[in-house]
Amino acid sequence: MAKKSITGADALVKCLENHGVEYIWGLSGGAALPIFDALVDSKIKLILVRHEQGASHMADGYARATGRPGVVLVTSGPGATNTLTGIMTAHMDSVPMIVITGQQIRPMLGKDAFQEADIFDISMPIVKHSYLVKDTRDIARVVREAFHIASTGRPGPVLIDVPKDVSSADFTGDLYPDMDLPGYHPERATVDQPTVMAIAEALSKSRQPVLLAGHGALIAGAQDVLRALAEKIKAPVTTTLLGKGVFPENHPLSLGMLGMHGTAYANKAMVECDLIMSIGSRYDDRIIGKAALFGRNAVRIHIDIDSAEFGRMIKCHHYCHGDARAVLTELIKHVGELNTKDWLEHLNGYKKKHPLSYKTRGGLKMQHILDVLNDMTGGDAIITTDVGQHQMWAAQFCKTIKPNTWLTSGGAGTMGYGFPAAIGAQFGNPDKEVWAIVGDGGFQMTLCELATAAINKLPVKVLVLNNRYLGMVRQWQELFFDKRESGVDLVGNPDFAKLAEAYPGAKGLTLKRAADIRKVLQRARDYKAGPCVINCLVEKADNVFPMIPAGAALEDMLIEAPKPHVKLAKPTGST
Amino acid sequence: MTTILTETDTHTLSVYVANKPGVLARIAQVFARRGYNIDSLTVSPSVDGRYSRMTITAKGSVEGLDQILRQVSKLVDVLRCTDHSLDEAVVREMALIKFTTKAGERTEALQICEHFGCKTVDLTEDSMIVQITGGSEKLEACIDMLGKFGIVELVRTGKVLMARGRQET
Repeated sequence: MAKKSITGADALVKCLENHGVEYIWGLSGGAALPIFDALVDSKIKLILVRHEQGASHMADGYARATGRPGVVLVTSGPGATNTLTGIMTAHMDSVPMIVITGQQIRPMLGKDAFQEADIFDISMPIVKHSYLVKDTRDIARVVREAFHIASTGRPGPVLIDVPKDVSSADFTGDLYPDMDLPGYHPERATVDQPTVMAIAEALSKSRQPVLLAGHGALIAGAQDVLRALAEKIKAPVTTTLLGKGVFPENHPLSLGMLGMHGTAYANKAMVECDLIMSIGSRYDDRIIGKAALFGRNAVRIHIDIDSAEFGRMIKCHHYCHGDARAVLTELIKHVGELNTKDWLEHLNGYKKKHPLSYKTRGGLKMQHILDVLNDMTGGDAIITTDVGQHQMWAAQFCKTIKPNTWLTSGGAGTMGYGFPAAIGAQFGNPDKEVWAIVGDGGFQMTLCELATAAINKLPVKVLVLNNRYLGMVRQWQELFFDKRESGVDLVGNPDFAKLAEAYPGAKGLTLKRAADIRKVLQRARDYKAGPCVINCLVEKADNVFPMIPAGAALEDMLIEAPKPHVKLAKPTGST
Repeated sequence: MTTILTETDTHTLSVYVANKPGVLARIAQVFARRGYNIDSLTVSPSVDGRYSRMTITAKGSVEGLDQILRQVSKLVDVLRCTDHSLDEAVVREMALIKFTTKAGERTEALQICEHFGCKTVDLTEDSMIVQITGGSEKLEACIDMLGKFGIVELVRTGKVLMARGRQET
């Protein structure tokens, strides 16, 4: 009997199944028709979104919460370009993602044909790798390579552009082909013993060390060995915004998050320490302040899977190329307890003197709501955020205890990320409580996905911290631009609770008074039939502190609001 | 670390790549992003047709270049990227030089060309094209000498490079 012929699209979907793909987030269109058709007969669940950006953030949220690559499928042209923000977000934060884009047929490429966009070239600077499949026979190899590249070494997004005539042609190739990646060798990041010994030696001399853990430590699954190391050598641990969760923030050795809006004690520790060991962090501009002054009196160590990060921002004394867990597993064998008693007492003094705080009197405060939410969820919920003031306060007040429960757009700073990321996280963790903490600005960028959440009956809770402002920008204008507000007033916001109720199955709640916080949050927690939007009408103007003005040294941190007469210079560093 | 680069020595890099679509664009992007101008670039298939060899010359600070090397090496289709500026590598370049020769000038021009080992590849009543191969300094000197005749056009291939002995390029 003759073998039943399959198309390129069938082969593509078969390969995705073979890679264990459960969900595809996508939006259909002409150039992707054969692939959408092939999905009809597949066990993979297609989640139809309302905008392609949403699909990319959902895949991202799924990937961050589960550790498995998220898969996106869109059509050519605008379908493809709409995913770019999500691809960039995943690229900046090292998130494994596969983005499949339909494309015009091969003979029409380069002719400005209908819905033709050269997405292969447009996306080039923001992908880990990309493919334009020109031969149906290559499909299986490309998919296999894409998953391998996306999820090994330093993870990242991989784009696969598939012309319609390639996906609709008969597939005659091998469904399990070998990869052809002569230039890709993530396995070469093996632990270098002499480097580990040199780091152990440096640590042994330290009396005031700080361990700085980033997203790389989380991706490597280094949480257990990091904790064991910190407890063995008695060193305090601070995490980056993306590293939250790799070390429990309720641990006595935790300093919480460092950086621009990090805790005063974490930043002071960075200034006063005699050794900084970065574990899977890239010494990003948001944590180092003025680079020339950062850690200038400390022995600086950089452990990273991506050696292109070495010396990029900060020159270090020791560079160790490798997987964070593998490096720490080796390092812990060669270190003993350090004499850090005085150092820890000193830092505890800072914790007592400069705790994270807010005033409960006056209007409804974002910090207060987040503090109560943290108390109610106890670190068990998955929390996603958008970008801005609410993000920084959430980072400060929502203590992250477990890995992969804190999802936020760090490198890219993508507004509109939080809600769709929460949807993706909920798909990957149907039994977990998932909270999207968003501002009224960012929520309006992707709130069309309320339909996606409602139709799929996802009990995602959307905490809209609504100050009718683009609050973080307003804060900068207040502090550095003589309070000259420009383009920050979100007059004309809808009633988000009513808006939610317009979607069948979704619930809308309103929170106006501090006294009602616990009651309203509990009602949201009790609603499990679909998404619940809580419109929190918070104080219009409040500022996030501590704050290190961009480009300032860490020691110039503003622990609290400056006195009204103090005029701050315009920040010169990054943005 | 400052990103404002100081113009220093020219660096000659050899990049060994998988012969796949987009690889040149990806490499060029790394240079452009870091503010480096590529002075010259040659690409050709290697002895194994699956791979290509690029020789790139660019100016900029050593630190900046080190970053570029790391970022280029990290690209999926790049097998290796090496800075040969400090090696004793064999570096050659070819140029075609078209210049005018008035009556009575041709003999002198030919003498200069002979000195530099140029080959005459085109000859008309009032112009010549010569081909020269060698190190970049030799080419510069020759172009300088022929300058007085009036160079009409100049095409240089850019450097190609090979490491000596058993060393890998």
